[in-house]
Amino acid sequence: MNITINLFATLRKDRFDSARQEYPSGTNVRHVLSILLIPESEAAIIFVNGRHAEPDSELRDGDALSIFPPIGGG
Amino acid sequence: MDKILRIDMGADGGPKINVTDLGGYAGFGGRAMTTAIVSREVPPLCHPLGAENKLVIAPGMLSGTIAAMSGRLSIGCKSPLTGGIKESNSGGQAAQVLGRLGYAAIVLEGKPKSEDLYKVFINKEGVKIVVDNGLKMLPNYDLVDKMKAEFGDKISCISIGPAGEMKMNVASIACTDIELRPTRHAGRGGVGAVMGSKGVKVIVLDDTGVSMRPPKDVEKFRDANKRFVDGLMKHPVTGQALPAYGTNVLTNILSEAGGYPTYNFKQGRFTGASKISGETLAELETKRGGMPTHGCHRGCVIRCSGVFNDKDGHYLTKQPEYETVWAHGGNCGIDDMDAIAQLDFMDDNFGVDTIEMGATIGVAMDAGIAKFGDAQAAINLVKEVGKGSDLGRILGGGAAVTGKIFGVERVPVVKGQAMPAYDPRAVKGVGVTYATSPMGADHTAGYAVATNILKVGGYVDPLTAEGQIELSRNLQIATAAVDSTGMCIFIAFAILDQADTFQALLDLISAFYGINLTGDGVVELGKKVLSMERDFNARAGFTAQQDRLPRYFTNEFLPPHNVNFDVKDEDLDKVFNW
Repeated sequence: MNITINLFATLRKDRFDSARQEYPSGTNVRHVLSILLIPESEAAIIFVNGRHAEPDSELRDGDALSIFPPIGGG
Repeated sequence: MDKILRIDMGADGGPKINVTDLGGYAGFGGRAMTTAIVSREVPPLCHPLGAENKLVIAPGMLSGTIAAMSGRLSIGCKSPLTGGIKESNSGGQAAQVLGRLGYAAIVLEGKPKSEDLYKVFINKEGVKIVVDNGLKMLPNYDLVDKMKAEFGDKISCISIGPAGEMKMNVASIACTDIELRPTRHAGRGGVGAVMGSKGVKVIVLDDTGVSMRPPKDVEKFRDANKRFVDGLMKHPVTGQALPAYGTNVLTNILSEAGGYPTYNFKQGRFTGASKISGETLAELETKRGGMPTHGCHRGCVIRCSGVFNDKDGHYLTKQPEYETVWAHGGNCGIDDMDAIAQLDFMDDNFGVDTIEMGATIGVAMDAGIAKFGDAQAAINLVKEVGKGSDLGRILGGGAAVTGKIFGVERVPVVKGQAMPAYDPRAVKGVGVTYATSPMGADHTAGYAVATNILKVGGYVDPLTAEGQIELSRNLQIATAAVDSTGMCIFIAFAILDQADTFQALLDLISAFYGINLTGDGVVELGKKVLSMERDFNARAGFTAQQDRLPRYFTNEFLPPHNVNFDVKDEDLDKVFNW
């Protein structure tokens, strides 16, 4: 299945801003993190299609997965 | 900080200076001080621009000490924008300098009998106030240059631009930063108009020859400050993300979360977000020889600001904040970073609130005055405000006034004050804060975005009504207390997550004043401040009906999540039940 992955802030370093990648069906967020070598502690905020998700969240074909390190502002 | 400076601008024979001891205001600082003086001394039914209103300028409890992050200044009055009590908060050097000069508050009172414009100079010798009509209608940058030429470069300035002199609802009060640039503003609520109504253009502070405020227990204070700084450096938000990307790091995440108000609060996601994001901004600043990391006052260790240079590598403005980038950017459909930076400079120079100004232009675009996405048109509209043309005076009245005059239904205000950069339908906790804060729509009054979106201080789902009342209540209480200490609100990211950093803050205050402040004491302080503010507003005529969002946030659903604001009215009325 096709997943669009968006990375932000420090997570872009040595990786990418946005990419479409193929994964086997049944893949969860944790698996994607491990492929991208992102420690779970750095993936502080995870969205799937604009809704908060967890490492255990299962992905579906066409999902947009966005991963942020700890950030703040205001 | 054992005295209060009062200047009666309406006294017979010209302004009269009176320095008193703290009296019944001993122990207050920052927002607690401005709120206490305004709520006790200003008749709630007075006209905000009349003789009975007072402008109160107060450093926080720890301002002027060596405590890190303690440089926030509170400015209070009855607001011409909301008609209620106002505390507007600014960074820059002024709070530290004022604290070291020994003033717990400056109170501008009365109304001048002439059209003269005054300049106030304060140093260790005392206070002088003189007429200087040559300053009339000077923008803030030119004004500060003039003050430097007259008083040297060891000064700090608190000033108004043309908007304040014209008594516009959008008028801010500028505070200079470390480089003596008028980039930090008490923006919200039209405080600049109140300073203009008192006939005061600038307050120049010079702390030459004065020392840091001494704590009661020097050793304990130093130790607490070290633990406090260590805690801030250890937390990934205050130690890494804010210094690297500044507040504008939020653009991408809010757009991603579907809570980024776009085209005057019609959509929750902006296609141009990445072009104006914190990541892009930091890269651009570095490329042009600006700075992505910069503190607004000495003693700041987070350093969330930066310096923005133009295409030729010349200074244009400080790093525009997230709220500014949103207000002048996404909210108006504009994704041109240079145009947004130009607008940021113009706002600082004319002395207007970037949030209110951007939101007003969004409303004007909805009315067809300009097209969404037209950056040059937005720049031209702000020029009109600076000139004070008829159109400029209307826009200078703020979003609510502009919406009424041009017949726009969709006007994102509460108590007459424009909402900032989070749609209350998709970030419901901050929606509760917008609705109920005594300040009008104000994200800083109870920053539920932290818990709704950023997962700081726990997590409450932003898209459901459940848990938002309690979240906003607790944050509003904590914020009212933090705003009284002089601490930058960004310390909250660390103290919400790290108990030892919160304890270090308590120890700082305890060691300084020789008291034993506990977490319960902080909560009591926050409740006391909010109660005074609510009481003032009630006496000014505010009822539960003012603690509501405009109706369209209930009736119109926001894409992409197609959500409305569904927190019940009866629940909003429970926020302050303690």
